[in-house]
Amino acid sequence: MTDALIWLVAMPLAAALATLLLPRHASVVVIITGVVTTLAGGILLFAVGTQGALSYEIGGWTAGLGIALRADGLSALLLLMTALVMLAASIYASAYFSKAVERARFWPLWLLLWTSLNALLLSGDLFNLYVTLELLGLSAVVLASLGGKTAAVAAALRYLLVGLLGSMLFLAGVSLIYAGYGTLDIAALAHLIEPGPVTWTALALMTAGLLLKTALFPLHFWLPPAHASAPAPVSAVLSALVVKVAFYLVLRLWLDVFAAVVTGAAANLLGVLGAGAVLWGSWRALRAERLKLLAAYSTVAQLGYLFLFFPLLQALPSGPARDAAVGGLVILALTHGFAKAGLFMAIGVIQQRCGHDSIRDLDGTAQRLPATTFAIALAGVALIGLPPSGAFLGKWQLLAGSFATGQWLWILVTVAGSLLAAAYIFRVLGHAFGHQAYPQRPVTVAREEWPALVLTAMAMVGLGLAGAPVWRLLEGGL
Amino acid sequence: MLTAQLLYGLTGCLIVALGLRTVLLHASLLHRVVAINVLGAGVFMILVAIAYRGPGVPPDPIPHALVLTGIVVAVSATALALALARRLTAEQSND
Repeated sequence: MTDALIWLVAMPLAAALATLLLPRHASVVVIITGVVTTLAGGILLFAVGTQGALSYEIGGWTAGLGIALRADGLSALLLLMTALVMLAASIYASAYFSKAVERARFWPLWLLLWTSLNALLLSGDLFNLYVTLELLGLSAVVLASLGGKTAAVAAALRYLLVGLLGSMLFLAGVSLIYAGYGTLDIAALAHLIEPGPVTWTALALMTAGLLLKTALFPLHFWLPPAHASAPAPVSAVLSALVVKVAFYLVLRLWLDVFAAVVTGAAANLLGVLGAGAVLWGSWRALRAERLKLLAAYSTVAQLGYLFLFFPLLQALPSGPARDAAVGGLVILALTHGFAKAGLFMAIGVIQQRCGHDSIRDLDGTAQRLPATTFAIALAGVALIGLPPSGAFLGKWQLLAGSFATGQWLWILVTVAGSLLAAAYIFRVLGHAFGHQAYPQRPVTVAREEWPALVLTAMAMVGLGLAGAPVWRLLEGGL
Repeated sequence: MLTAQLLYGLTGCLIVALGLRTVLLHASLLHRVVAINVLGAGVFMILVAIAYRGPGVPPDPIPHALVLTGIVVAVSATALALALARRLTAEQSND
């Protein structure tokens, strides 16, 4: 079963080299990679569900000196989501980039991004996390710059500088941890960690670096231009996965490694910043004039909800209520991943078919591209948090936790954010319907429209109606 | 010799602070790229100081390995930043 751990990293890495050497067969290589990593992710999830956390030491070198790959319920869930979103986005990208030259430049970087996402989710020590964060940042920046226009290059450069600053702060924290504890192994640190100035400074530095990378309000300034000017398949993955794995690391540090030293005040600070993100991000999404900018600001808001869980988890005593809240947090993150990736791809279809993504001029899009408009509506339901989406289950747990701990502020923020989300989604749909006749077939361009439909349906039905295993997988962890 | 280790460590912290100040306060692109490298050098200096284990004892190899990896990453990231900056200047002069 540990073979799955190796395949998840080795397959996209080997494929990156293969697409560089054989650009003509790149599409086949990428689709095979998608299928193999999805299978490996599924097998890993099953194995973690039946046997508990898995680990593997590369080359037989023990942790501390060698590189250990580890997977528990949380990382296995995110790995499977990564595989599914990347597979769908790869199919979409093969249609999005119409020129062979563009595709030849795109695939190796795309697969390196994929490798670093998987490697980050499987890393068992802090230094490998730093290395994978850097690999992820570098490949993401180059992909974001492929938009070509001056705005895309400027946004990518800013993205790079912010990412570098974030990783350097993270590395500074890592070096303090090594000075204090003599190990970087996450599992070992979780037992050793104790309160003190070194630990607090290290946690503050690492968290500051990661908050920059996960674009938590008010450190979100770089995200909207970078995500809105990148090519659509890249935007989808940046918003759905790249910021999400930085959030995964915050979660891992705060709830797992440093759980013993996190204070209520620190968790409240994250909650307040999250509340700011929900309100500001949703408001800016409502005021956005372009669809891609709307989707990017909506990412800022949706990440805010995830941070609202921190003060709740800090206040709830360990037990069923806390486990339920952790499950709600994870399912909200997963739903956003699927829904946002689908939304960006659907927007990409509109942008390429209509030549623009201005919300005001969408008139008749629902008639010209019914399947794509439907995908936007499905993604919208998941972003608002209506049933039966997975986000409904997540927000339900958010509200239940707020009631149980008497933290009323988060309830108001959640309600306001959901109303604003409803407003910005209905604004788009309102502009999309025109008076033209519907076409004979709802799906007009299959390879471009199906990936978005499947992903948004996953967010809706897959996670909403079949979300119970998420809670079971997280039992005992975090 | 503990004081020497402390001196190197604190100097590293000071360099980090100087780099951070310029990154946050300077708008010029080149300033910020250099400042991030200065910040990185400070972090590497802290790591080298951590590796010291007393006179006559070989230093801890792990922080050294981390510094080497860190330098490789910093060099490639700087190269990418400069390449993007050049392209940006070229595109802006075209416009």
